[in-house]
Amino acid sequence: MSPAYTPLLQRLYTGRGWTVIAICALVLFVAVPCANLLVPPSSPFHLSAYWVSLIGKIMCYAIVALAMDLIWGYAGILSLGHGLFFALGGYSFGMYLMRQIGADGQYRVNMPDFMVFLDWKEFPWQWWNTDSFLWACFLVVAVPGLLAYVFGYFAFRSRVKGVYFSIITQALTYAAMLLFFRNDTGFGGNNGFTDFKRILGYSITTPETRMVLFVVTGAALIGALLLARGIVTSRYGRVLTAIRDAETRVMFCGYNTVNYKVFIWTLSAVMCGVAGALYVSQVGIINPSEMSPANSIEIAIWVAVGGRGTLTGAILGAGLVNGAKSFFTVAAPEYWLFMLGLLFILVTLFMPDGLVGLAKRLHAKFTRPRAGAASTDAPTAARPAQQDA
Amino acid sequence: MNAQDYATEGGASGQASQGHVVTGELDTSHRTVLYLDDISVSFDGFKALNKLTLNIDLGELRCVIGPNGAGKTTMMDVITGKTRPDSGSAFFGQTIDLTRLTEAQIAHAGIGRKFQKPTIFEHHTAFENLELAMKTDKRVRRALTARLSNEQYDRISAMLTQVRLNQCADRPAGSLSHGQKQWLEIAMLLMQEPKLLLLDEPVAGMTDEETERTAELFLSLAGSHSLIVVEHDMAFIAAISRKVTVLHEGSVLAEGALTDVQNDPRVIEVYLGR
Repeated sequence: MSPAYTPLLQRLYTGRGWTVIAICALVLFVAVPCANLLVPPSSPFHLSAYWVSLIGKIMCYAIVALAMDLIWGYAGILSLGHGLFFALGGYSFGMYLMRQIGADGQYRVNMPDFMVFLDWKEFPWQWWNTDSFLWACFLVVAVPGLLAYVFGYFAFRSRVKGVYFSIITQALTYAAMLLFFRNDTGFGGNNGFTDFKRILGYSITTPETRMVLFVVTGAALIGALLLARGIVTSRYGRVLTAIRDAETRVMFCGYNTVNYKVFIWTLSAVMCGVAGALYVSQVGIINPSEMSPANSIEIAIWVAVGGRGTLTGAILGAGLVNGAKSFFTVAAPEYWLFMLGLLFILVTLFMPDGLVGLAKRLHAKFTRPRAGAASTDAPTAARPAQQDA
Repeated sequence: MNAQDYATEGGASGQASQGHVVTGELDTSHRTVLYLDDISVSFDGFKALNKLTLNIDLGELRCVIGPNGAGKTTMMDVITGKTRPDSGSAFFGQTIDLTRLTEAQIAHAGIGRKFQKPTIFEHHTAFENLELAMKTDKRVRRALTARLSNEQYDRISAMLTQVRLNQCADRPAGSLSHGQKQWLEIAMLLMQEPKLLLLDEPVAGMTDEETERTAELFLSLAGSHSLIVVEHDMAFIAAISRKVTVLHEGSVLAEGALTDVQNDPRVIEVYLGR
């Protein structure tokens, strides 16, 4: 009797989705390493170190874009301070990389150069135990996570919303940037951290180490995508979009919306922190400019270009905008910011759902004559636990 | 809701599993489900409620009428925790102090509310709307792993059939007609299994036939539920009411059977006087 109602058992991905992910994984984990390490530089199939580091960097940005999409696209909370969490993850891991330099710095002392320069005799408290890799990994998660949790709890409990919330996050990252510019803060002032030599004892500049970092980043990106997809297809995800659309109704349904928002906010910050740690080990520098308000705004642009609330759109947007950026900042550096601004305006005006939304609309337009026979993301209807087995 | 549902949701049982502080079970030993006593609320000097006193009995269906600005919606805001009264007390049963709970806690305690303008999740399907409203453990970590049990699935299906939305179960709620949205919201309320329902203009925008069916539904709910219905549609009120309360300028002007109230000179004055 019962018609099968929809998405109660929405699978993580349909068969086609998994295929695409598998192909991407194959490219990242097999094709790229082979083309970079095994194919000789003279061959046209060789992938140069430049490309490896560029793609690696963009994958870090894509993780940040996913984090932004979760909080903005699904929960409707626009953060203009996500660069802060990214930078905090970067700094947390950067401390470990600085300690790994050991006595190979300019001054041949077992201490970061900037501390010697400032005539410090011992490490400040923030640096406690940072020569431990595991402790650094813990900090990468804990520092952005804790800050986001505390900030989010108070902001959401006080029902700070919309543009006010965005402005506060923007102020937060700006304040942090000023703080990190100071030498007293103990993070190298405006120079930040750079000149890394080793990671886990291995030289950080060899192609092999760089490729390991690349593969780890690729795995982190795919992991982040699956995690995010798992969340948005769960009942939690449906509550989250309900909060975005009609928060009062959600509260009157008996949901404590503060907890729901704090959870996704904190998770989003942690994802940024992890991305920041992977970024700093591949790009080799972190400084307070990562916390500049413009950086955080750019993150929102990636997601808007790709398409809010789609996850794949976030990755796409991060890739395209950053790809264009690395091209145009070489070809026509003085025009890049204008182009970025123009892009944002055009997307907002003509593609409110971003590239993914545009693609969906075109797809619908061309397949409509064959009435809904093969809708791309037709949710797999299922009576729970039975039909889908 | 029985123990089985909780088991399928992942373990813990009863109110304790809600993760929200609810001050004990609803105690209706005095046959009264809601006490509003001497409630005053003012916004920037405007007295929205002025020493309002109102009691609702267990299983009662009470209609509340009154001209615009009489304080009907503010009264619902106070009961559901959206607005805190400046003075006075609001108790749900004998023990639950509504002025100290959050909206979510009040919803868990057993008060459901339908808004004046249909408030549903427009981007979710009708089915998902009911899934989200359904009484269950609503904490974050449960929601992350929650799966519908067959029993829950059947309850949602039955509710969809009851409000004649089973044909639209998979459609985004935003695409439903106005009357269907009203019903969907009522269905969401019922999925919460509330003991007291607050319904703000439930038949606005409904066709005559829909209105009639809504009246039947409310009459069937009364007795096992307590209902407060705010309406302007006098024919609808005549069809369902036993006792009517007239609000005016934030306090009770008259109370009694509809015909008595309609003949009360003060009520006539308020409605027609100006």
